[in-house]
Amino acid sequence: MPLVEDTRTPQGTSPPAVDRATAHAYWKKTSALMWTVLAVWACAGFLVHLFAPSLNGVRILGFPLGFYMAAQGSLIVFVVGLFWFARRQNRIDEEFGVQEE
Amino acid sequence: MSGTAKPRDPFIAALGKIYAGYTGGFALFVVFIAILEQLGVPNRILGYLFVFLTIGVYAYIGIISRTAQVAEYYVAGRRVPALYNGMATGSDWMSAASFIGMAGSLYALGYGGLAFILGWTGGYMLVAILLAPYLRKFGQYTVPDFLGARYGGNVARAIGVTVLITASFVYVVAQIVGVGIITQRFLDVSFALAVFLGLAGILVCSMLGGMRAVTWTQVAQYIVLIIAYLIPAILMSAKVTGVPVPQLMYGFALERIEELEAAFRAAGQTPPPGVVGWHSAAFVGANGQFSMNAAVNFFALVFCLMVGTAALPHILMRYFTTPSVREARQSVAWSLFFIFLLYFTAPAYAAFAKLEIYQNLIGQPIAALPEWVRNWQIVSPYGVPWINIVDANNDGILQWNEFRIHPDVVVLATPEIAGLPYVIAGLVAAGGLAAALSTADGLLLALANALSHDVYYKMIDRNAPTKRRLIIARTLLILVAILAAWTAGNMGADILFLVAWAFSIAAAGLFAALVMGVWYSKTTNAGACWGMAVGYLVTFGYLIWSEFFGLSFVETFGTREAILNAARQAAALPQASAELRAYAQGLIGNAAAVQDGPLSWFGSLIMTTDSVVARGRVVARLWGINNISGGILGVPLSFLTIWLVSQFTRAPSQAMQDFIHDIRIPRGGVRLADRREAVE
Repeated sequence: MPLVEDTRTPQGTSPPAVDRATAHAYWKKTSALMWTVLAVWACAGFLVHLFAPSLNGVRILGFPLGFYMAAQGSLIVFVVGLFWFARRQNRIDEEFGVQEE
Repeated sequence: MSGTAKPRDPFIAALGKIYAGYTGGFALFVVFIAILEQLGVPNRILGYLFVFLTIGVYAYIGIISRTAQVAEYYVAGRRVPALYNGMATGSDWMSAASFIGMAGSLYALGYGGLAFILGWTGGYMLVAILLAPYLRKFGQYTVPDFLGARYGGNVARAIGVTVLITASFVYVVAQIVGVGIITQRFLDVSFALAVFLGLAGILVCSMLGGMRAVTWTQVAQYIVLIIAYLIPAILMSAKVTGVPVPQLMYGFALERIEELEAAFRAAGQTPPPGVVGWHSAAFVGANGQFSMNAAVNFFALVFCLMVGTAALPHILMRYFTTPSVREARQSVAWSLFFIFLLYFTAPAYAAFAKLEIYQNLIGQPIAALPEWVRNWQIVSPYGVPWINIVDANNDGILQWNEFRIHPDVVVLATPEIAGLPYVIAGLVAAGGLAAALSTADGLLLALANALSHDVYYKMIDRNAPTKRRLIIARTLLILVAILAAWTAGNMGADILFLVAWAFSIAAAGLFAALVMGVWYSKTTNAGACWGMAVGYLVTFGYLIWSEFFGLSFVETFGTREAILNAARQAAALPQASAELRAYAQGLIGNAAAVQDGPLSWFGSLIMTTDSVVARGRVVARLWGINNISGGILGVPLSFLTIWLVSQFTRAPSQAMQDFIHDIRIPRGGVRLADRREAVE
């Protein structure tokens, strides 16, 4: 079973999976999603913790909020964000007809 | 799960049943041990049963998963469903340091320790959006394979292999030390013997079946480790708060801890060395006030751990094993979910242990301390007792700063602190062992595969037949394992701090080249090679220089005051060599002649360069940043170098552009610019 389907064909002659315009539009949308998730990552990973000393003034169930964000809050954002990303990217794949057959 | 029309593999279809049966079997086994304990079977026998039976099961899975096919050996036949690959990645990722050490670091550092929690989870976002789907689409065997194919062959491949080996080797040695510590404690054998027992456990899992065997054992190990981590925390929470949800309930413990800390301070007491006096306060110095230095170090560490996560080859190669690009993405999400289960419990362990100690031990007569404290007053492989009671003022009463606990004890002793039966302690040992073994397996495989596939097959003998390649792969696996065990046995626990370096080294060496290879199509071969080399050399060089030659580093980058301060530290350091002390004395004696270092303008660019005494050395800190975050320099430098060199070298060929387009799109095959890079 070949793992790289078209290694036997000479380079560059096998037709690409989709035409260039579709590929370009697909990549544009994929990049936009990447930047969105990267922004979420930067906010949950760094930005919110800049305010930890002030957030600590608020207490919920005994947790100082700043501590809670670093111990659980941001982690939940990461996990939910990744499942959301996987779903969103699948939809983009289908929209441009580039999902795996 | 995949939604494709492929014929269902009966083994994959049965996975749910197999692992459900396995989990049930493990639960029954724990109950069985608990009954044995009630019948009066000695603890030592129970410890043996736990260690040998779990290792036996892993070995059994390893042996039935043996294979003679290259694709099975290197990437488990690419048919691991997203959910199971997530579990396997979880145990591949969570090492002895996560299982045993993390809660302890949180105990000692309080809020500061949360940098590890954030850093070791957030990196998966980078993996998912920037790398995993594209590496899966590329569809070969190793991370250096990608570098070789994208950046024109063996130079890039060789640099990638070098970074991989440096980062993975220090990491695997630390895992073997972890296996040794647990085995030694629960089997009561010498450290060297414990290390080789652990080594045997690692080898039977990975040698015959490669990635295929490692994958299915790692899933089994994940199940053991997560059960072993959650159960004591749940029982502890039920004991302290009456509600068995530790992750929700430790907020009240945090509140109590702060009250107790304030009471200790009011009584004029100080925290023990290494333990922060304000558990949940963010970015505070030793005086409890806001410290810019603490904040900068926190964020630098989070950044390095995140980027390092996204560059460690033993993690990235796990996403080569899913059946599709789509499942690779999903698999990263599952990985993080399974990791999250452990990481969001760790701070609860730390809080409950701290509360228990502050509330029930501090202020008690030393002669009347509970049984578990005495059990842990044995000497650890680090050279001091696990729990060290130092009656500094000789009053026979335990003060705040007189109770010194090694971080690793926090998890290992929780069952005893909570007054749970020995079976739970055995369970924790089995979990710690699973964590250390699974990570060691993944790392050893990454190392041996880089040597056998990338160095031997791709660079030395392109025509080697399958059979010989697999023999070479297995031989190298054993050799690397023995070398790692030998290093672990000789250096012991002294090298554990090196693990943190692995993240910075991988981050600075590999991350930029991997990401730009996918996302910046104008990246040239020369650009990537220079970028990897510069990131790796600067970071590794900086780590060595600042750690082992701290005074010399400060003399170059520090101001006059910093140099004199470092000299005073070195002169007063008992572990320093006589030469260094004499040299430092010379500097102090001739203080008037000391001037700012030649590069002190650079060393004062952001914050001033200084030095601290750590691990028995004077360790320099560029801009006051601990060298655990050494990648903070190397990562941006690596990106910058790649971008700059790419502007001045010839743009990638049309064939390479086609290749980049192909890996960006899930559908279809991959056209390689250089067909010799193809697999099979």
